[in-house]
Amino acid sequence: MRRTGAQMVWEILRREGVQIVFGYPGGAILPVYDALVDYPIHHVLVRHEENAALAADGYARATGKVGVCMATSGPGAMNLVTGLACAMLDSSPVVAITGQVASHLVGSDAFQEVDVTGVTLPITKHNYLVNRVEELPRVMKEAFYIARSGRPGPVLIDICKDAQMASTGFEYPESIELPGYRPVLRGPKEQIRQAAAYINAAERPVILAGHGIILSGANDELRELAERGNIPVSTTLLGIGGLPESHPLNLRMMGMHGQAYANMAIQEADLLIALGMRFDDRVTGNLKAYAPRAEVIHVDIDPAEIGKNVRADVGIVGDAKHVLRQILPFIEHRYRSAWFAQIERWRGDAGARDILNQGFPKDMLLAPYVIHEIWRGTGGDITVVSDVGQNQMWEAQYFQHDRQNQLITSGGLGTMGFAVPAAIGTKFGRPDDEVWAVVGDGGFQMSIPELATVVQEKLPLKIAVINNGCLGMVRQWQELLHDRRYSEIRIAGPNLVKLADAYGIQGQRVRRPDDVAEAIRAARQCPGPVLTEFVVEPEVNVFPMVQPGKGLHEMLRRPMPSRIMAMAEKV
Amino acid sequence: MVENKPGVLNRVASLFRRRSFNIESLTVGHTESPDVSRMTIVVDTSKTSAALVEKNLNKLINVIAVQDVTHAPIVVRDLALIKVRAPAERRAEIMQLVDIFRAKIVDVYAESVIVEVTGPEAKIDSMVDLLHPFGIIEMVRTGRVAMVRGSGYRAPYVLSDNGSNGLMVNPIP
Repeated sequence: MRRTGAQMVWEILRREGVQIVFGYPGGAILPVYDALVDYPIHHVLVRHEENAALAADGYARATGKVGVCMATSGPGAMNLVTGLACAMLDSSPVVAITGQVASHLVGSDAFQEVDVTGVTLPITKHNYLVNRVEELPRVMKEAFYIARSGRPGPVLIDICKDAQMASTGFEYPESIELPGYRPVLRGPKEQIRQAAAYINAAERPVILAGHGIILSGANDELRELAERGNIPVSTTLLGIGGLPESHPLNLRMMGMHGQAYANMAIQEADLLIALGMRFDDRVTGNLKAYAPRAEVIHVDIDPAEIGKNVRADVGIVGDAKHVLRQILPFIEHRYRSAWFAQIERWRGDAGARDILNQGFPKDMLLAPYVIHEIWRGTGGDITVVSDVGQNQMWEAQYFQHDRQNQLITSGGLGTMGFAVPAAIGTKFGRPDDEVWAVVGDGGFQMSIPELATVVQEKLPLKIAVINNGCLGMVRQWQELLHDRRYSEIRIAGPNLVKLADAYGIQGQRVRRPDDVAEAIRAARQCPGPVLTEFVVEPEVNVFPMVQPGKGLHEMLRRPMPSRIMAMAEKV
Repeated sequence: MVENKPGVLNRVASLFRRRSFNIESLTVGHTESPDVSRMTIVVDTSKTSAALVEKNLNKLINVIAVQDVTHAPIVVRDLALIKVRAPAERRAEIMQLVDIFRAKIVDVYAESVIVEVTGPEAKIDSMVDLLHPFGIIEMVRTGRVAMVRGSGYRAPYVLSDNGSNGLMVNPIP
């Protein structure tokens, strides 16, 4: 069966089960777009290539399948870069296909020529330059395998235009030969027993659940470990959704803006059971002061993560689901009542400091309140895609994530402008789900062009813009760490209701707390996309906050209001 | 051991740059298998642990196997070409040194010779020190290459159980 390289691309995508591709055509990838006409794969035309990569990332996170994005050479491929870096840092399986100038022009600074494999080398799990059509089937087979196996990640395939046009006999390889790549799933027996012994002996253990739980589908096993061993669980930002947040053993998110009681528990723990997480600096605070009394079990599929930031007493290289299944039979139930009593004391204090419990003027609209109302108004039964910054942290704190894997957000890279394009990808991945994008006015203004994509694809996305008229997290840092020397944080924006109207999207603006619930109801009732702008108080901070260089226990807490302090003093 | 493919050296070098690992020397060459090249890399481990370097190298898809031979019984060799000022009256002295070091003179010119010396790094260092007074015009060194002693062979396609290290020493049957 003879096929051109361009035909092979679609033929192989079909065989890999790809139903949707996010992309943007251009000169060096014209043959591939020409061949697309004959193949039943849905192509979503984005308005900027970065958003193709972010949409593919969102799709991958929503489905667990490989997300595919496509762009032309030079500028098209360069625009993918941020999205690929985002997928790289969050271990998201993405395959990017880019056109390259004809092979005889490579290296000559030809029109729209950039050394794409060179540029993307450190932000892809692997990449390929395809000069000859004969290499294409093997390369694509390997690319999909590498992207989705082991620690997932983005793989880029740069295909020269002449290789797209040339034709040859097509045969898709059955097997893969990658002598240097053999991901390990199961942990060694000895370490498994050792880990179980540590867990059974621990008096103050905490499970640290990361993205690996979700990527390996170990939600049930995590729950089983927590319940059988009676062990509290704290999650990383990307681990949210690994265990329902209403579960009594869930201490919720840890880290820089994590729950104070989760952070305290980690600092006082005698054993940390780290599952599919990598002790990122946002999670540990100052490493020298991190969990000083804890022994550490670290399970990760990437050997290079074990011992990278935190020394592991038991390091297990393996897939979280497999390793947990191996460990579970050895786990014994323990009461640990003193430990749980201590955690409850910390938890009670956190409630008193919650801004929503402090009483605030009736006409003051607070972002945390908006998030909380989105959770209440939707019954929590939605997929949320959050952007980056204060909106993201408040979403993590004030939305109770009880559904499996219901939060999609950019963790490692902190990619502003993630929410809207990733929500597009998410909606394609979860068509039966109600998908909400929660985004600040800064991040939203990076994504505005994609409203046209939303309309063109008739996607009933619900977009909540938390508009505080400034770059909120930057403002918070400047307030707390730079002595309120505000620099470039005021950001003007268009009239969002009119903007929505211009795109043919229903728009609404909310200024008062009393109107929030109704606006959420209206957004849900509308069968199409809805953009809701919440005009919120600008100078509100995300607490707790572990300042850079500080230990996890040295959190900056929300000051108690004087009223409560006065009451406390009387008692 | 790496796959013998274009761009692999760049991937390895890029990894060292990206993770701020300091390379002292790096050599690349063919092996007994045409699909496999072998790199010998000397790293300053006062700043980074060898294990971390090894694990990161193993993450590269084209890297087939990594072995830390720092503490293994190994043969290490470095080769240097040293062009030394050698006027007729001092040439005999130089040739004596060359003899003592079991080195070779591989080029002779009116005012200079090129000395080729092979051996462990320390031997070459002292040869260089001794030739210094004559006037070294230029010098090039290959950097270290190494091989584990004995009949053990590191089968490049065998991975150990825990996947942390691809290299195993298998006795030849």
